[in-house]
Amino acid sequence: MHQEDSDQAKAYQQLVKSNQPKKPIVKNVLLAFLYGGMISLVGQGIQVAFIVGGMSKEDATSPTTVVLIGLGALLTGLGWYDQLTKHGGMGATLPITGFANAMVAPAMEFRREGLVMGVGVKLFTVAGPVLVYGLSAAFVVGVVRYLVTGVA
Amino acid sequence: MSITQIGQGSYEIQDVSVAATAAIGGPKEGQGPLGSYFDEIWPSETHKGESFEEAERALTEDTMELVVKKANISWEDIDLVMGGDLLDQLVSTNFSARRHQRPLLGLFSACAVFTQGLGLAATMLSDKGPRSVLVTAVSHHMAAERQFRFPIELGYQRTPTAAWTATAAGAVVLVAGARHPVGIEAVTFGRVVDFGSKNPNDMGSAMAPAALDTIQRHCAATATTLQDYDAVYTGDLGVIGIKLLTLLGGERGLNIDERVRDCGQSLYHLVEQDVHNGGSGPGCSASVFSGYLYRRLQVGQWHRLLFVATGALFSPTTYQQGESIPCIAHAVSLTHREPGGTTL
Repeated sequence: MHQEDSDQAKAYQQLVKSNQPKKPIVKNVLLAFLYGGMISLVGQGIQVAFIVGGMSKEDATSPTTVVLIGLGALLTGLGWYDQLTKHGGMGATLPITGFANAMVAPAMEFRREGLVMGVGVKLFTVAGPVLVYGLSAAFVVGVVRYLVTGVA
Repeated sequence: MSITQIGQGSYEIQDVSVAATAAIGGPKEGQGPLGSYFDEIWPSETHKGESFEEAERALTEDTMELVVKKANISWEDIDLVMGGDLLDQLVSTNFSARRHQRPLLGLFSACAVFTQGLGLAATMLSDKGPRSVLVTAVSHHMAAERQFRFPIELGYQRTPTAAWTATAAGAVVLVAGARHPVGIEAVTFGRVVDFGSKNPNDMGSAMAPAALDTIQRHCAATATTLQDYDAVYTGDLGVIGIKLLTLLGGERGLNIDERVRDCGQSLYHLVEQDVHNGGSGPGCSASVFSGYLYRRLQVGQWHRLLFVATGALFSPTTYQQGESIPCIAHAVSLTHREPGGTTL
C-alpha cells in the first residue's frame, strides 16, 4: 500500500481534521449580509436616480447594471475591491460588481503577456466557470419551461 | 577537511563555514518582527522590474550581489552558485545566472530549497570540491499568487490555514575552512513523505510529517536530541504545522518543546499583518536564516542551531487532479565556533 493511503496517513488526517482552526462562520455570514446589502443599496440608489431622471423602472435596469459594473471595475483598478471582498466575502463576490472584479482582475494581471495570449486567453480564467454553468443552468431551465408551459 | 556518512542521507561535515549572509525583503516583511535583521527592505512589492517575475529576479540578483560584497570577495572567487525558487522552470534562479556568469546548479524542492542548497554545498565543500559556494533562494508574493492561486486584484477570503508567500530572498557564501565563526556540522537530506493531505491551502499540515521524519533521522544519525540545540527552526510549517509537529512528535515519543520554532511563524505579526498560518516560500526560510538566525549564531547567543526548511512538492495541476501533496524537509545543523576553530 502506498504511504498516502496507509493507516498511518488516515490516522494523521484525523489528527489534522481535529486540529483545524475554526472558520468564523457567523461573523462571515453577518459581514456578507452587511456588505452585500450595502452594494445592493447603492444599486437601488442608482436605479432610483435613473427613474427620477425620467426612465421607467424596466428601462432603468440596464443602465443601473452598467454603472455597477463600471464601479466594480473602477474599484478593482484602484486596488480596493479585493479589500472589500476580504471582509465582505460572498456579500461582495455575488453582486454584479463582484463579477466585474472577476473580469478586470485577470485583465490587469495578464496584460504583461500581451493582448492576445495574455488578456485574451486569461480574461475568463475566473469568470469562465460562472458563465459555463450559468448558461448551462439557464438552458436546462429554459427546456423545462418549454416542456411545461409550451412557451419558448 | 572531510565528510563522513553517518546515516542514509546524513553527513557529518568538517571545516565548512559561513563567510557572509544577506537578506532583502519586501515592505510587509520589513514591518514584521524580524524587519530590522534584513539588509535592505524594498519600499514596494514592485520596487524593481516591470512584472512580478522580473521583481523576483531583481530581488535575488540584488541579494546575491550584496552577499558577495559582504563576504569581501569578487564574483570570480565564487566557484559555484546553487539556488532555487518557486516559479515554473526555475526562471528566477536560471535567468539571474545570466548576470553573474558563474557555474550554476538550479535546485528545486519548493520551500525546502534553501537547506537543500546549504546541505549540498556543505557536502561538496567538505569533500575538497569547490572552495566557495553561493547558496540562494527567493520568492515573491505576487509572482507566487499569480502562478499558484488567483490574480492579485481578485477579491476572495483566505482560509485560516492559508500561508502568505514571502517577498524575500536570502543568500549565503559558504567556504571551505573554519576561519569564520559559524560552521555547518551535519546535514540530512529528506525523504518524500505524503500522509494524504490534499488541501493546497493547508500546507503546514501536509509538511509537518516530512519535517518530523527529517528531524528524527537527523537526531538519530548525529546522536543528538532536540534539547542539544539552542534553537530548532522549521521552514514554513506555520501555526498549524508546528501544532501538528508537536502532536505527531509526542505520539512518537519526541519532546517538541518551545525551542522548536518556525521561520514562517516568526517572519510576521500573524494577526496584525493578517497572514493567517504564517509566511511561506523559499525566500521565507532563506531570509529568516540569512538575517535573524545567522546573527544569533554569529554573536554566540546560540551555539547550535538545527535548521529544517520544509517544502510542499505539488503543482496546480496535481492538486486539481486530486493528488495528495508529497512533502520534503532537509536539515542542516550549524554551530558557533569559538576562536581557534574548536566546535562546542
